[in-house]
Amino acid sequence: MRRLRDYAPAVLVLAAGIALWEAVVFAFAIEFYLLPAPHVIVQSLRETYPTLMEAGRYTFTEAVIGYALGCGGGIAAAMLASRSPTFADLVLPYAVASASVPIIALAPLAIVWFGVAQGSKIAIVTLMTFFPTFISALRGLLGVTPAALELMRSYAATEWQVFVKLRLPHSLPLVFTALRGCTTLAMIGAVVSEFFGGPMKSLGVYIKSTASLFQTRQAWSAIVVTCALGLLFYFAVALAERLVMPWRVERGLI
Amino acid sequence: MGVPIIEIVDVGKSFSGRTGATEALRAVSLSVDAGEFISVIGPSGCGKSTLLRIVGDLVEPTSGIARVNGKSARQARLDRDYGIVFQTPVLYDWRTVLENVQLPLEIAGRSQQERDARPLALLRLVGLEDFRGHFPWQLSGGMQQRVSIARALALNPSILLMDEPFGALDEMTRERLNLELLQVWSKSAATALFVTHSIAEAVFLSSRVVVMSPRPGAIDRIVDIDLPRPRLDKIRAHPRFFELVTTVRESLREDPALAAGDDARRAI
Repeated sequence: MRRLRDYAPAVLVLAAGIALWEAVVFAFAIEFYLLPAPHVIVQSLRETYPTLMEAGRYTFTEAVIGYALGCGGGIAAAMLASRSPTFADLVLPYAVASASVPIIALAPLAIVWFGVAQGSKIAIVTLMTFFPTFISALRGLLGVTPAALELMRSYAATEWQVFVKLRLPHSLPLVFTALRGCTTLAMIGAVVSEFFGGPMKSLGVYIKSTASLFQTRQAWSAIVVTCALGLLFYFAVALAERLVMPWRVERGLI
Repeated sequence: MGVPIIEIVDVGKSFSGRTGATEALRAVSLSVDAGEFISVIGPSGCGKSTLLRIVGDLVEPTSGIARVNGKSARQARLDRDYGIVFQTPVLYDWRTVLENVQLPLEIAGRSQQERDARPLALLRLVGLEDFRGHFPWQLSGGMQQRVSIARALALNPSILLMDEPFGALDEMTRERLNLELLQVWSKSAATALFVTHSIAEAVFLSSRVVVMSPRPGAIDRIVDIDLPRPRLDKIRAHPRFFELVTTVRESLREDPALAAGDDARRAI
């Protein structure tokens, strides 16, 4: 486990960054509607706290549900695909290609299909997180060394035993790399698809409408909340990773 | 002679590649009695590893048959008659040392009591009891290979197959592990088939040394090693040890195909 002292430099950099920001806004007398100083954002955060909490809960729910469906589906699909390497070869190129498609472009259509409420956002997040998880999990499941497989063969292990005792644990590092990356994708997917329409009590709509009214400090405080939720999501998954793979923690790999 | 536990009859193996078929083994026959320690030695490319893998049913012969314990190699594998030590330790890095040794017992569905007791006893035998909670990366290469030997013995196999297990280790570690291997093996009831490219190692360990030549792989000569057991380190200084090393070395040199090639210098 990393000690608190290891985080000290990062905290110092953050503090210095905020101080610099404050100084620049003060020194160049920048108008708050262009770039509010940090203390103004904090002030706004305190004023609009209940609204932001409600919006945050709404958007975070979309992100988490979409993430669970997308990542869960990706892992399940990879498990199925790994049973047949021929099938895996067939679908993998398309999965890889879809990772370079800007799925967020489908957001307006998702609203047509799934409604303006949470459904369309969950659908976008699901789609965005599905493919990266699928690809990583499949690579992890299929990427075991020939020697490791021969060992299993020499013990006359069943296909199921090979899967549970070799493929699955071998895939975990790659799966968790995808799961960590998908937390960010999920937050982006939820917030950005809200830009295309949604209730006022969501972070995306709140950011978009306050910014377009030059209520910059309100927009910034919502952005801060979005970032905080994104970090919370990421570190929750990173913590789960450490709990699931103690052998990598001790080695200092995660 | 006792009952043959391994019978290799007229085995041939060809691998097909882009440049056509390569004949790895041609008409190899060998009979091994229960309790023997057989080393197979030869230059790279002589098919010695392929021969071991045919016995262990990891590859199928193109012609001929391998019989083990009076049944096909495949049946012997399904009956879990083998313990195999590979060139690399092949430990699963998500399992501790103890859990790696437990793996074969889990696969074979042995009782929890056996899963708890036997791996610990085996780790004690290879001197790694204190490292049971460590992960493989925390161990040196020699220690990892000792774990892999303990794992190979977990199901109390009647056949112990070893494919250049100490090839990647330094000379001192290798000699120490040779000695340890003999101690561990003598406490098991296993018949050993050991592939190596070290002459001294083959002579030190074996009851017979099978000398092979390449292209296609074939058995040149079988040298009986009449050194007394138990063999301790001091036997390496015994005049008979030198004689036998010389005999094996000369058998390797006699091969005309070998004497001409680079492989010969690498092997000797």
